[in-house]
Amino acid sequence: MLFYILRRVISAISVVIVTVVCSFLLFFAAPHDPAGVICGPKCTPERLKDITNSLNLDQPMVEQIGLYFKGIAVGRDYTAGGVTRHCDAPCLGYSYILGVPVTDLLARAVPVTLSIVIGGATIYLIFGVLIGTIAARVRGTTLDKAAVGTSLVIGSVPYFIVALVIALYATFLPRSQYTSFFENPIQWAGGLLAAWLCLGLTNSAQYTRYSRASMIEALGQDFTRTARSKGISERRVVYRHGLRAAMTPVITIFGVDVAYQLVNTIFTERIFQLPGLGTRIINAFNQYDLPVLMGGVIVGATVLVVMNLLVDILYTVLDPRVRLG
Amino acid sequence: MTDQTVRAPQTVTRTPRARAEGEEAYLEVTDLHVQFPTADGKVQAVQGLSYALPLRRTLAIVGESGSGKSVSSMAILGLHDRKSTWISGSIKVGGKEVVGMSEKDLMSYRGADAAMIFQDPQSSLHPFFTIGAQITESYRAHHNVSKRAAKARAVDMLGRVGIPNPSRRVDQYPHEFSGGMRQRAMIAMALVNDPKLLIADEPTTALDVTVQAQILDLIADLQRDFGSAVVFITHDLGVVAEIADDILVMYGGNAVEHGPVEKILGSPLHPYSWGLLESIPAVSGTPGPLHPIPGSPPSLLAMPSGCAFHPRCEFRDRVGGDLCRTLKPELIPRTADQGRTSRCHLKEPDKVFETEVLPRLP
Ligand SMILES: Nc1ncnc2c1ncn2[C@@H]1O[C@H](COP(=O)(O)OP(=O)(O)OP(=O)(O)O)[C@@H](O)[C@H]1O
Ligand code: SF4
Ligand SMILES: [Mg+2]
Repeated sequence: MLFYILRRVISAISVVIVTVVCSFLLFFAAPHDPAGVICGPKCTPERLKDITNSLNLDQPMVEQIGLYFKGIAVGRDYTAGGVTRHCDAPCLGYSYILGVPVTDLLARAVPVTLSIVIGGATIYLIFGVLIGTIAARVRGTTLDKAAVGTSLVIGSVPYFIVALVIALYATFLPRSQYTSFFENPIQWAGGLLAAWLCLGLTNSAQYTRYSRASMIEALGQDFTRTARSKGISERRVVYRHGLRAAMTPVITIFGVDVAYQLVNTIFTERIFQLPGLGTRIINAFNQYDLPVLMGGVIVGATVLVVMNLLVDILYTVLDPRVRLG
Repeated sequence: MTDQTVRAPQTVTRTPRARAEGEEAYLEVTDLHVQFPTADGKVQAVQGLSYALPLRRTLAIVGESGSGKSVSSMAILGLHDRKSTWISGSIKVGGKEVVGMSEKDLMSYRGADAAMIFQDPQSSLHPFFTIGAQITESYRAHHNVSKRAAKARAVDMLGRVGIPNPSRRVDQYPHEFSGGMRQRAMIAMALVNDPKLLIADEPTTALDVTVQAQILDLIADLQRDFGSAVVFITHDLGVVAEIADDILVMYGGNAVEHGPVEKILGSPLHPYSWGLLESIPAVSGTPGPLHPIPGSPPSLLAMPSGCAFHPRCEFRDRVGGDLCRTLKPELIPRTADQGRTSRCHLKEPDKVFETEVLPRLP
């Protein structure tokens, strides 16, 4: 087990390194003048010189990448407006446009995005699994058909329509805003409620369908018949034997899905005006803020890789048949 | 049989225990009907099945695929879904009526009075629970004991079914067991509550031949120890000869012949049973030609009139008055021997067997 995890961690780290190198090349080796782009619209010749010097843009590519990695590992210095600032490790660069280290900027955005996704995903996982399981138990009845029908309708409504409906009709919800959980948990939850509902509602449809299909399959298995033949209650047959088997694939999908949600909250953040990763990246995109964009790509890739690793480890815990070697 | 390979019956080496007349039946199935309403119509999987089985006896149920062996046995444990199955008749186990039993009574009955071993131990055990957890669950469903006591019982049962090192094995998952070991574990689970009725639905079909023999021995031994009644469903007449006291031959959802094993394997009375014997390869070991019974099993949606076997029976024209097509024969004694019954209009079937069928047998 330990060896397996170690192997997976090493391969995860290599994926992130490759991502850093690729995005670095993409942003800095392109046939444009990176210093000019980074400098932004209010560029002065001194500023341009600062940038060229602190990013060593006149040095060979390999050296620049090396410095970038050094920054991630131990931090580095940037000069802006004649002042030299230290950017602490892990330093993902410096935004000359906003005048802050990229790491600080993203570190403030990540908790927002995490909060949105954790809340939303909890809602859709619980609702989806609950409704799906009940539908599977009463398969073929009106209740089941209603659940399947509703999930089909919700699943085919575009996300922004759901968001719009929530914004227009759910006016009783607290105003959408972000407060740190550690500052005020109640305000935290209240301010995110609208975003959670929107994310939860649109995605629960899909989880209803997964869980229903998975549960129907599990209840049709031979081991379910064996469980019934033991003389245990039907509840226990369904919720212990059936659900345990049905949830393994659903949880696996969930893990990968949450990773995907984390790097795709742009819509939710924009609609509900929450200052998360997505908002930051869109802003950076509009301002050609290359260092921030690059930091965003690296954080996104790391999130995906880490979540995938977690899912794989979780899977080996959930399914004892998965042999590790 | 059409889609299964059947092995020849070995000569009956074991002397079946003499039938004690008037021995009280532990399992009594009377006029059992099981139907499944489907979009195409009613599937009549079991149509008027009756038999009785006392304790300490093994009944083998044989018959083609689809003849209703599994469906009728699952009804004994009340395993059919109430909403999509229509059941009538009576199944009495130890005096309790199972047909129409409440869900609550079924809970205390299943596993305790009657237990079942299924064909494929791989799919019949839950892949995510340890063997010990699965056996313990069965035990605790019927015994109010601590987890530790239940686990000790599970280890004990695993030892009894011949699993080496049971105290270590008890914490392993089914995938860590070989096929034969898994079936042993299934047997341990079925017997953990000392049920007086054990139903084994083709318990050795999924196993290789040497393991099959071990499992058969095990079931026979355990039956002796536990004194239970055993219903053993199989396609393999070789297995029947080895393990059974009685045979019930099923065709199209009904019993067509019933009696002691040595008589039915030695001189069956029903043309379908003759077909079964003829369809198996020569015992001598030299592979001879197979003679599958011509025709195909009856449609359970539209059963033939009269005798269900008549469209495939070469003797139907021997019976006068077109009876085979018009009148369903009763399951009654057809010879002087009252201990065996058959569902066929043919006169003097024992003579027909001796003069016409026996010489043809491989
Ligand atoms: N739930 C169900 N709904 C509809 N038809 C069913 C259902 N269960 C069983 N049947 C049908 O009932 C018939 C009898 O099935 P059963 O499983 O008892 O056969 P069997 O004698 O055990 O055959 P095998 O040797 O293949 O195990 C089959 O034709 C089967 O298709
Ligand atoms: S009743 Fe007639 S058709 Fe049926 S098995 Fe006997 S002889 Fe054949
Ligand atoms: Mg069967």
